[in-house]
Amino acid sequence: MASMRAKTSSFSRNQSALPLAQTPGIKPGPNGATFISTGIPDLDKILGGGFPLGSLIMIMEDAEAPHHLLLLRNFMSQGLVHNQPLLYASPSKDPRAFLGTLPSPISSKDEKSRNTDAEQEKGLRIAWQYKKYFGEQQQNSENHRNAMEYCNEFDLRKPLERQILNAQRIDCFSSQDSPNLTAFRDRCSSFLAQLPRNDGGNRGNVCAGRIAIQSFCAPQCGYSKMEWDMLSFIRSLKSKVRSSNAVAVITFPPPLLSPSFSKRWQHMADTLLAVRAIPEDDKELAKLLTGYQDMVGFLHVHKVAQINTQVPVILEATTFSIKLQRRRSLVLERLNQAPVDGSSGNSYDGSGSCSSSSKSTILDF
Amino acid sequence: MEQPLNLLDEALVLVSSPPPGRVILIEDQVETSGAFVLHHLIKRALSLDSSGVVIFVSLSQPFSHYERILRKLGCNLVAHRENGRFIFFDMLKLECPDGDEGDVIGGGLVDLYRKIQKAVEVGSSALPEHKRCITIMIDDISLLEVAANGSSPYVLDFLHYCHSLTSENGCSLVILNHDDIYSSMMGPTLTLQMEYLADIVIKAEPLVTGLATDVHGQLTVLNKGIVNEHGSLRSKLHNFHFKVKENSVEYFYPGTRT
Repeated sequence: MASMRAKTSSFSRNQSALPLAQTPGIKPGPNGATFISTGIPDLDKILGGGFPLGSLIMIMEDAEAPHHLLLLRNFMSQGLVHNQPLLYASPSKDPRAFLGTLPSPISSKDEKSRNTDAEQEKGLRIAWQYKKYFGEQQQNSENHRNAMEYCNEFDLRKPLERQILNAQRIDCFSSQDSPNLTAFRDRCSSFLAQLPRNDGGNRGNVCAGRIAIQSFCAPQCGYSKMEWDMLSFIRSLKSKVRSSNAVAVITFPPPLLSPSFSKRWQHMADTLLAVRAIPEDDKELAKLLTGYQDMVGFLHVHKVAQINTQVPVILEATTFSIKLQRRRSLVLERLNQAPVDGSSGNSYDGSGSCSSSSKSTILDF
Repeated sequence: MEQPLNLLDEALVLVSSPPPGRVILIEDQVETSGAFVLHHLIKRALSLDSSGVVIFVSLSQPFSHYERILRKLGCNLVAHRENGRFIFFDMLKLECPDGDEGDVIGGGLVDLYRKIQKAVEVGSSALPEHKRCITIMIDDISLLEVAANGSSPYVLDFLHYCHSLTSENGCSLVILNHDDIYSSMMGPTLTLQMEYLADIVIKAEPLVTGLATDVHGQLTVLNKGIVNEHGSLRSKLHNFHFKVKENSVEYFYPGTRT
């Protein structure tokens, strides 16, 4: 198995050979884009490398479950591990408390042993399951090895070490403190002003910043009557992020907005994701999907950033299951339908494979 | 014209000399961006025997974004900008501050209109009457609404002013909008007004069966102002699928792809 891995990795693109990869956590992409990691190796892979610098990411929350926090935590932790400045805003009174819940990276040595462990285990399973998993798994492990520096895996049960939190440039902001968004806006612009973009310059030494805004339109911020102000806030944030070396992630609960405003928000996003929890005991769903017990939710990719290109990114699948591997690290997998017996499977004939056609099944968001 | 015509050009009747004063409205949705039609029209307008001028009002993307895309399409925007054939207004940070008196909101848009008007005058004075072909493009109008803090009357006024330019100076107007924003709203909305104004409405929609790698969506082109051989007006509807690539867009009728 080891020799096989060595062989495949020689064909892969060697990121470290590129001169631009000196700064950890920054990776050059196509069309002059520069990626930073999402903090979830699988999500990086799905999005073609991560979040491009200068883009605005929106995550549509499940109003009843905190799954968006999983993505947000990993995104923030990854930035801190790479020593990138962070601005975090949330509707709670004490946003700094949230930093205590950030996950800690799994040390590489630890991860390696676990990886091979998992691989062998998978290998056994593959022997009797579908063949197609095999290639995917290979790619997966290879990705971990290559992107070790770029993207860490995080242990959701272990909090990030104090000294990392203290050493960082972390800016916390409670959106309750800014009843009319002006202070919030100023905070964002002063944060972004430290991260100017030099186009065409030396991309190797860039310092990337991260902005994470949690539950932007939550009722406790008191913005509910200010729909247009919120929109113009997002627009100004977007234009500022576009001209700086930063990525902004905003999570919002769409049901709290009117449908037309929710659409406007979605149009504003460069990358649009949605998370949804899995109902506790959905017997029908359990019959339909393999590995249902391990799933904690679904991730839906609505839109992938198209910066400097007009070609839309068409993913092989748009709905992914969020799983917790060994109860600690976050894994995204394509949905695999369980083999069905003829009596129950008739109505789902059309969506046999887990390709994008699964969009129109009940798993649609 | 040097380039072969595709289905979109046929639908837009770019074959004959482009009649001045047309309003083209492009409508898209979250899942399917219609920006590629805009890029196509920029390229068309600038490739017309060195007479076309494009005035581009951008609210959504910086110049570098369009520059890269158009370069891949074979059109050098930097060179055109230096020649004065591509005039770019970076309105990413346009904000019409929210004042108590309405003048303040209108103020930003009035300024923007003045700029456009001036550019049109400069452009039209430089060219002889019969060669004049100025296109005003707005990407996109829903962001203009945001910039005006939701007061769509001001945006409508702005549009009417721009529309008057089309009849006075023979400019064309190309507007990008997102129609799914308005689908849940009742009553007369901005989009209805614009569809009324438009001579050509281009709708980009995803396929109902979901996204595919071979077919990125479908275009519906409604051409309202076609004069047939009997001299009467009729509208024509075209419907085809498209696939966007870096250097071109493929258009084809449904089912003609294997």
